[in-house]
Amino acid sequence: MNKLVKLFTIFISAITLTLASISSSFAKVEGEYIVLGSAISLTGKYSSNGVHTQNGYNMAVERINKMGGVNVGGKSYKFEIIYYDDESNPKRAAQLAERLIKQDGVHYMLGPYSSGLTKAIAPVTEKYKIPMVEANGASRSLFTKGYKYLFAVLSPANQYLEVAIDLAVEKNGGKPVRIAQAFEQDAFSQDVRLGILDAAKRTGSKIIIDDKLPKELNDMAATLAKVKATKPDVLVVSGHTKGALTAIRQISEMKVDVPMLAMTHCDAAKLSKQHGKNSEYALCASQWHKNLSYKDKFFGGGKKYDKDFKKEFGYAPPYQSAESSAALLVFKDAFERANSFDRDKVRDALKATDMQTFYGNIKFGPGGQNVAKPMILFQVRCKGDTCENKVVAPTKWASDKFYHPIPKWSERS
Amino acid sequence: MDLLIFQAPILMVQASLDGILLGILFALIAYGMALQWGVMNIINIAQGDLVILGGYIAYTMYLVGIHPAWGVIVSPIIMYFVGWGLYKLVINKVVDRDLFISILATFGIAIVFQQLMNFIFGADVVVAQSEYGTTMLFDNSVTLPNSKIFAAFISVIYAIGLVIYMRRSKLGRAIRATAQNARAAKILGVDTEKVYAATFGINAALCGVAGALISITLTLHPYVGLPYTVRSFMIVIVAGLGNLPAVALSGMGLGLFEEFADYILGTEFRIGAVFMLLVFILVYRRFKLSKKREYLK
Repeated sequence: MNKLVKLFTIFISAITLTLASISSSFAKVEGEYIVLGSAISLTGKYSSNGVHTQNGYNMAVERINKMGGVNVGGKSYKFEIIYYDDESNPKRAAQLAERLIKQDGVHYMLGPYSSGLTKAIAPVTEKYKIPMVEANGASRSLFTKGYKYLFAVLSPANQYLEVAIDLAVEKNGGKPVRIAQAFEQDAFSQDVRLGILDAAKRTGSKIIIDDKLPKELNDMAATLAKVKATKPDVLVVSGHTKGALTAIRQISEMKVDVPMLAMTHCDAAKLSKQHGKNSEYALCASQWHKNLSYKDKFFGGGKKYDKDFKKEFGYAPPYQSAESSAALLVFKDAFERANSFDRDKVRDALKATDMQTFYGNIKFGPGGQNVAKPMILFQVRCKGDTCENKVVAPTKWASDKFYHPIPKWSERS
Repeated sequence: MDLLIFQAPILMVQASLDGILLGILFALIAYGMALQWGVMNIINIAQGDLVILGGYIAYTMYLVGIHPAWGVIVSPIIMYFVGWGLYKLVINKVVDRDLFISILATFGIAIVFQQLMNFIFGADVVVAQSEYGTTMLFDNSVTLPNSKIFAAFISVIYAIGLVIYMRRSKLGRAIRATAQNARAAKILGVDTEKVYAATFGINAALCGVAGALISITLTLHPYVGLPYTVRSFMIVIVAGLGNLPAVALSGMGLGLFEEFADYILGTEFRIGAVFMLLVFILVYRRFKLSKKREYLK
């Protein structure tokens, strides 16, 4: 028995030693490669957006490596990413972040998909002082915790639909409007709601319906009946793709007439494709659109990115891919300015980021959120049976005029 | 607290109709659950996932250009065999074990189904369009999507058909006999193995119908099955096993209760209110049972 225990101890120590030697063989920078780590949802409920994110990362890695890589200390390095599948599960994501840092020895992280998973990983990267540039966690609460190693290239969630309220007030001749809103009870949508509350306060507008949709709910009939009865000036809906699709389906079926309908996740829900004409005039918040005139030397502009991405992956890039690609441009820029692989120097360089990418201007605020890029709004417009997303705000990039008010259902063909 | 519904009484009509139409659809799923719970003593956690799979069958038809409403015929046929296969593969090994084992087994099936659907159909939320239009009542102040009316109508037809089938056909009688006393039925020559397989198949077929209806009234996603399981579980708890009229009534009742809770308490308490009701019902039942025991003593 004693012998067995001894043998077992030796066995365990042997394994530990092997593991230890493996982990040290993976370093932050290996030969000519800078190794980044990312836990990403390749399976589970976020898998489609997880794949969009991964494609965005991969596209940027390939492009940067091809165009000379990252110059640090007079030597050129290439990017490489270690991916793990977090199964869309926050607990798993946090474990994998630990594993990337402790076992694989990764010193720089890229974010996962969604606010929820980013929230799970951020405490881990903070603990080990690992700089993380993330592109898919927009929840405001990520930026109020005082994280020092978290940088987000996207605009925070509360900015998503604030512009829409301003637009409604403007269309109302500068007078306050009556707002009806329905938000899912998750971190992201509730942050969007906070943004609306701020905008309402600022413009003196009144919120007459304020429904919080339970996550399990896929029926909004009650909310919409209330909207019909109270006739607000704006209806705001945010509940990920499910919320967007349910809202359009039931608004068209119940013939709910509102002058303005503002939503999130229209492009992820492929609203214009799935609901066709019924989705016309819906106003949607987006982080990016290919028609914006931002430029950088790696991807050119939005239109070129769109074309190259289509060629590579066979579908048009959603904004989730574009922002993910931008995350790598930020890393490259920071490494070169830091001119070092010292984590704290890289972090300081990230903090001082002030650049333009094809995705938009990037400059980090005190909480790590991007403060240099406005959200854009597009409106679904149809010609015959084909519907498209047209940018209507901000006016600088608007390709089409904002159509207001939405015609009544009885007048729509 | 929101008093809008009392200020605009027409909303009550809207709420009642919405609640009843949705309740009927849920009652159909619950009826399948009650049936196989009663016959096989299995609580099927994968119920909702069978529903979603049925919905994806209708959605696939929609994608290839067939009207998704035909799903209410195609989907149950396919789902019957899915259910039958599931029984032969997994359920027959847990059917006479205790409840815990079968809950675990069906929970496992639920996870496998979710991942498979995610793998095959992708993680995007999808809808099938029926283009059925809308019925307007009371000078347009009450609107009912025709797809919901269609869903309720089809549910009622299937439910009535099933009741007749259970009363008249040989298999129906065998199923009812097995539900009453499996051992006695076996002794009297009923092939209970076959009955179990058929029951599970019929349950899956009902889920298939409901799924097809959900694809044209609500939305589909590989991971939204659980709410349907929970909802039908509640309906069955309230109604009791093997009692179709009670299941239908409790389905509609819960639908109504939910809609009114939404208007009066607010949307965020809608599902919470239903759970509170469930707790009250369970406590009430327990109270009644404990009285009975006293009498027996």
